[in-house]
Amino acid sequence: MKGAPLRVYAILYLLFLYAPIALLPLFAFNDATIIAFPLKGFTTHWFTDLAANTALRQAVGNSLFIAAMTAVFATLLGLCAARAGAMARFPGKGGIIGFVMLPLVLPEIIVAVSLLIVMRQVLGLNLSNWTVIAAHVLICAPFSIAILNGAFQNLDPSIEEAAMDLGESRFSAFRLVTLPLVWPGIVSSLLIAFTISLDEFIIAFFLTGANPTMPVYIWGLLRFPAQLPVVMALGTILVALSVVLLVIAELFRRRGLARAGIKDTGGFL
Amino acid sequence: MLLAPPFLYALALLALPILAVVLFSFWTQDFMTIDTGFTLANYREFFDKPIYTVLLGRSLMVSGIVTLVTVILAYPVAYFLSFHVAPARKSLWLFLITIPFWTSYLIRVFLWKVILGYNGVINSGLVGAGIIDEPLSFILYNVNAVIITLAHAFAPFAILPIFVALEKIDRSLIEASRDLGETRISTFFRVTLPLSMPGLVAAVLIVFIPTIGDYVTPELMGGAGGKLIANMIQTQFLQLNNAPMGAAIAIVAMTCVTAIALVFVGLNRRWLRGRG
Repeated sequence: MKGAPLRVYAILYLLFLYAPIALLPLFAFNDATIIAFPLKGFTTHWFTDLAANTALRQAVGNSLFIAAMTAVFATLLGLCAARAGAMARFPGKGGIIGFVMLPLVLPEIIVAVSLLIVMRQVLGLNLSNWTVIAAHVLICAPFSIAILNGAFQNLDPSIEEAAMDLGESRFSAFRLVTLPLVWPGIVSSLLIAFTISLDEFIIAFFLTGANPTMPVYIWGLLRFPAQLPVVMALGTILVALSVVLLVIAELFRRRGLARAGIKDTGGFL
Repeated sequence: MLLAPPFLYALALLALPILAVVLFSFWTQDFMTIDTGFTLANYREFFDKPIYTVLLGRSLMVSGIVTLVTVILAYPVAYFLSFHVAPARKSLWLFLITIPFWTSYLIRVFLWKVILGYNGVINSGLVGAGIIDEPLSFILYNVNAVIITLAHAFAPFAILPIFVALEKIDRSLIEASRDLGETRISTFFRVTLPLSMPGLVAAVLIVFIPTIGDYVTPELMGGAGGKLIANMIQTQFLQLNNAPMGAAIAIVAMTCVTAIALVFVGLNRRWLRGRG
């Protein structure tokens, strides 16, 4: 078979991608405080330690709240942009969409420091969960737009027009006709924005208030060697959770593409 | 009409804040208050004190090497996906490639420490196999470790744009080239590679630009000699409480990255035109 060497290379590459993650469960269940080989024995007490840590539970709560809010707002913005991108034509459209997508390629630290300056020095706001949400919506919106663009791509504007001709208002035409067609894309966008926000550290570290988000709390733990197995346990749960969320998001994205009647060209990006 | 909300949001939380950073970089921190007199003092300090230029130089070098490594390693994978994987299985492959990218970044970086460390996976493996006597020390707490970790973190970013560009290539062009007597290798260099250039350029930009802004990896993996410019920006803002200096560093770093990116895109365009 002519692609054989390439196939071997691609599989090795996948192993390289998964190497760090594969180590997580090994150390999460390893009965030793030091994260190194050889492994000592099986234990689940890092997971029980995890459950007993109230500061961490609070951080997880903050992160879940931030991620949920971010998912909703980013998806709303994404819906506006994707709908306008798919159905309307006007001068400067490309430039405006390009500008909205800019956070995708901007170094995160630039987003972080610019928002820190505005929030703290210009507006004099106290940092809170909402400052993190504001920033996360900014960086998640491009992903939502990209996903929803896929869902809107082959949507024929004339079906919505037909509904309006038949007496529906503009909003109910959208609700009754377009929304059901793009619904899977919306779910997929919500899940992706949620996953990105839950994991985001670089910006959250600058903008988090008195209550740290989960990644910011983990960052603090990384400096204490005794806490590392607990971090491994947490990481194992997070990886499992994000794999589940991503599988659901992917299934919905595919269903959305199928509804829009286009061929799957792959990936989220 | 509908574009207004996302546009206004990006304007308010992206464009205006960046303008504020530019403005701040011309001000100075006067103990607890900000002196709003216009001055170039921050920029002068940047170019006078070697620490800043050394960090910036190192950052650009690390980003450059990471980009080169990531894109070269990613191209064959993207090529394989596009040309050798059955269409029905392509999205499964892409999904498998993107999963690690979505899972806890901090913990992933930390795990590289476990892999590369003194008692890490690689060292204990090599010592155990009797290949080396002493654990290797050049793979952690230096620039090499930063490069390996960043190259791993940005891998999917490089694969996806190249894959998309390869998918768009009309397969009959490749057949035509083969029919006209080109070998498989010369067809690749004269047809496939130039046609996939837009994806390659996108991959380079999407890796090169964001890597400059990462301070997690150099902080955890770089040790004393592996710190980068983003660490300095972070220190100025969060520890030294000198937002104007931090702003000036951010502006210089951003300008350099943008300039390099533009030169790269320009050169690439000229090269493609020269061939056509």
